[in-house]
This record gives sequence, C-alpha cells and structure tokens, in this order.
Amino acid sequence: MNTITPKPKLKTSAMIASIASEGQRTQAAPFGHALVKLAAERPEIVGMTADLAKYTDLHIFAQVYPERFYQMGMAEQLLMGAAAGLAHEGAMPFVTTYAVFATRRAYDFMHQAIAEDNLNVKIACALPGLTTGYGPSHQAAEDLALMRAMPGMTVIDPCDALEIEQMVPAVADHPGPVYMRLLRGAVPRVLDEYDYRFELGKAKVLRGGRDVLVISSGIMTMRALEVARELQADNVDVAVLHVPTIKPLDTSTILREAGRSGRLVVVAENHTTIGGLGEAIGTALLRAGVTPQFRQIALPDAFLDAGALPTLHDRYGISTRVMANTIKTWIG
Amino acid sequence: MDTSIKEARTTLAEHAYRIRRNALLMGEVQGQGYIGQALDIADVLAVAYCHAMNLKAEDPQWEGRDRFLLSNGHYAIALYAALIEAGTIPQEELETYGSDDSRLPMSGMASYTPGMEMSGGSLGQGLTIAVGRCLGLKRKGSDAFVYTLFSDGELDEGAVWEGLMSAAHWKLDNLIAIVDVNNQQADGPSGEIMAFEPLVEKMEAFGWFTQRVDGNDLDAVLEAFDAARQHPEPKPRMIIADTRMGCGVPFLEAREKNHFIRVDEHEWQLALQALAAGAGRTA
Repeated sequence: MNTITPKPKLKTSAMIASIASEGQRTQAAPFGHALVKLAAERPEIVGMTADLAKYTDLHIFAQVYPERFYQMGMAEQLLMGAAAGLAHEGAMPFVTTYAVFATRRAYDFMHQAIAEDNLNVKIACALPGLTTGYGPSHQAAEDLALMRAMPGMTVIDPCDALEIEQMVPAVADHPGPVYMRLLRGAVPRVLDEYDYRFELGKAKVLRGGRDVLVISSGIMTMRALEVARELQADNVDVAVLHVPTIKPLDTSTILREAGRSGRLVVVAENHTTIGGLGEAIGTALLRAGVTPQFRQIALPDAFLDAGALPTLHDRYGISTRVMANTIKTWIG
Repeated sequence: MDTSIKEARTTLAEHAYRIRRNALLMGEVQGQGYIGQALDIADVLAVAYCHAMNLKAEDPQWEGRDRFLLSNGHYAIALYAALIEAGTIPQEELETYGSDDSRLPMSGMASYTPGMEMSGGSLGQGLTIAVGRCLGLKRKGSDAFVYTLFSDGELDEGAVWEGLMSAAHWKLDNLIAIVDVNNQQADGPSGEIMAFEPLVEKMEAFGWFTQRVDGNDLDAVLEAFDAARQHPEPKPRMIIADTRMGCGVPFLEAREKNHFIRVDEHEWQLALQALAAGAGRTA
C-alpha cells in the first residue's frame, strides 16, 4: 500500500531572499524613506538607478521626486559616468544598483569618473555579500575588497534598518564619494536595543564580554549579537564590536578592544576572506604589534552555490547557528 | 563669401595654425607625443575654442561657460595647444609639457589643468559624463552647452553606445558630441579593428541630429558647429569629423604608422617649417 508522504516545503533560491530571521522585527524600505526625508532639506540630492529602482527601494524616492529621479536603463557604466557629470554640476547623486553590477561592471567608471575627481556621489548597492541565493552572477562576495582598494572611496556596511536611516544623512554630510552596502525590502531592526548611533568612521562596542571579541560589520553584527546571547547559556561571554565603516577603518577602537588580553578575536563578515574586514583588521593589528588569537568567519574564496539563503548561510558558516558552533570549537 | 565670414575664416585659420604650432613645440619638448592627432583635430578645436564656445579665458570655472569634455585623454597635447591659444594657459607654460610637476601631463587630467573638465584616458567615458553634465545643467536652468570630443576608436567601447542611447532618451539638446574619425587607433586602422560604418545612419538611428564634415575644412567645421548649436529639435547633436592624421605637415601626414608618431630630433624644425609654409608664413 502506498503511503502519501507530505511534500517537503520548498526552500526558495529567489533573487530577493529575506535576511530576517524568524520573528525578527523588520522595517520596510529604510533607505528609500530616509532618502525622501533628507531630500526635503537637500534640494541637490538626485536619485539614479540602472533599471533597479524597485529592487533598491529607490522607487519610493522616485514617486515623491519624479523630477529628481534619473532612470539610466540597464547600463551601469553610463550610470556612474552620468552620476559624475551631475555631481560636477552641483547635484548629489544617490546611485543604486546591485553590488555586483556596480563593482564588477562599472569599476573603472567609479574609479576614474567619480573617485579620482573626489565627486559627491553616493553609491548604494543592494544584494551585498551573500544576501541572494541566485548564484555568483548576483552574489557580491568581493565587493568590499574591490571598493576598499579604490583611493578616496569611503566604504560602509550597515547592519540594520536603524543604521541605514542614520547612515543616509551622515553620508550626505560627508564630502566625497561613498560606497554603501544596502539592505532593501523588509530590513531587520535590532540596533535600537543597543542605544546605538551611527557615526561615519566609528566602530562601536555593542556589548562587552570577557572570553571572545567578535568584530563584525553588516548583517554579521546581527548574527554576532545572537551568537553572544546563545553562548551566554554555555557561560561563554562574547563581546561585539560593530564596524560599519570599513574604510576609513577605526583602528584606534579596534586596537584598544583587540589589545585587551585573554580574548579570542573573531572577525565575522559577509564577504570573502580576501580583502575585506578580516584582512583589514589583521593587517592593522600586525602593524601595531597587537597579536591576539585571531580567527575569521567569512565566505570562502570560491564561486558560491545557488540555493536557499538559509541553506547557504549554514553551508558557508555565516548563520547564527553555525557561527556559534564554530566559536565554541575554537575556545574548546 | 561675404566679408564677415571671410574675416572669421581668416582669423580661425590663424588660430588653427597657432594651435598646430603650439602642439609641435610641446612635442619637441618631449621628443614625442600624439602629434598626428593634435594636427588632425586642430581645426575642430580652433572653431570650438575661438568661435563656438562661450568661455571666459581668464576664469575657466566660470559657471556660465560651455563645457568641453575631452574623452580621449591622449589628445591632451591638442587641448593644451587650444587652451594656450584661447588664453587660459600662459604661452610660456608650454615648455613644461609632460615634465614632472607640470600642469600639462601627457594624458589629460582634470585636477592638473585649468580648463580641463574631465580626466580622460580610460577611453569611452566622456560621453557618459557629458550626459550627466547636460542633465545637471538642465536642472540648474543653464543654457550652456556641453561639448565632448571622442575618437572613432572609442566607438569600440560599449559605454559610448550607452551614452548615445541615453542622450537621445533624455532629449539632450545641450549636448554637442564630436567624433574624430581619423581611422587610426593603437593597433592599426580603426575600421579594420572594429568596423564602425555607416556612422551617420547609426547616429541618426540613435536619435541624434547628425552632420558629417571634412574636419580639416574650416568652413565646413564652422558651419557644422553653428548648425549644431542652432538646431531646433530637442535632440543631441553629433558632428562626425573626418580628419587627416598629421594634417598641416605633409611629411607627417604621409606616414603610414602615425597613431603615435616618432619624430626625429631634426624633424621638429622641419615640421614647423612645413606647417608655416603650408599656411603661407615663415616659421
């Protein structure tokens, strides 16, 4: 006799996958709303995109300010060149696309047309690191390495909706080009529990702890905070230092925290091990002669799999569960 | 030809001659340079800088100015020659060309040179930046024009076609693009490296008001610039300028390999003499 087994629920490898964990508070389109709010006070702000307004939350700006919105079509080199031109004429373009297309297709245009002239262009890029299961075409595992290497570029990897809200006016106040990773859609909101305030170029201790110091940026800070709570049950005390500005790096805070003896230092990032936060911090520590036990939680130097995002975060060790286990193993 | 046009033409011929002469003198300083291109584009630059463009030579950042974006940064020697002729760069600075700490580096860079509106050199970027500048000028209600010069070789770059399409989409009637068709790029004749003809049909199909002229015929260039500025339709404007590498110095014009001309030491004087002779002057 045949028994009917229920079909397992399919996990999606959709391009836009949620990064929120179950039950997490979220906020809709924080970037779009923050930009609209700021644009009311800053008439020089314009929005530009390459056929991805709806997928970078820029459509919210476009609806309120259609005359300040420039749809450049699916042409990222043009997008960056034209942003440079507008900035030359006094506008402050907020440019959006996916991180892969900005950093891989239009690198030279950001380098030559924007960064070399130190233009006031803010490049906000969705799907940073591993935040889509759509495969390597859309996974920006190396965006921070590329953008860190560009002279004059400020590089930001925000954690949540609150940080994005605060980041938008802060980058507008900063003269010069900025690359910021963008979380779009329903974005988790966690940092308000930590009385947090984003300051460009500043790292912030979110919680103290005697055994492990996790230094993290972006969504990995959310994960680090969850790991810290989990490990508390095992009497492992985890401190979390959030570093949203990848460049320029707040080395004094990092050296101070990493230099406190006895703690394992773990850098956690949603980026390949090559050229991101981990290597930036490792180099800063060595230069200063600070040599704690040092570990990296990061994506491998590989073309990543397609699949459901939770599966991939487990597979590559950046989910809360795997990260907590990894840290437990390291501290024995 | 009526008297005023005749006078304008005579004056422009003088400007074009001096631009070529400036370029040769700079080339002599370094013993090398993109002289072929400087000589081929001198007539276009004479018309742009000494006739068409609204400029204040002494104030290169003047807000009301027409912008000139040199996409092909290796033509910098030609643009310096024109900026010297227009009075933005002092004549004596010519001797610093390509030297350490000079404001006149061998490839055009905006932060170095007064009057240089963009850093060229990575080819195929100028038109995209021009699109943004045109949009920016429209935002400000400015009636200034944006001119951009690029070479036929740059048509190999995909970004140029992104720019061509978008300029028409945005109805940029404040954009005047000039393509220098000298049919020479680094590896040989442009049309053999990547076939780009028929250019007029392509540009028209892309929605541009397009003129094709002999870029070394001053009258034709003058008329094309005037027509581009005065064209009534809400379209970007294209001037395809067919030019001759080395134009004005017959023995350089005759060289087969002239993308980057090697000029022997004794030849600079000969080139200046040939240029002067062709223009009915003494060098």
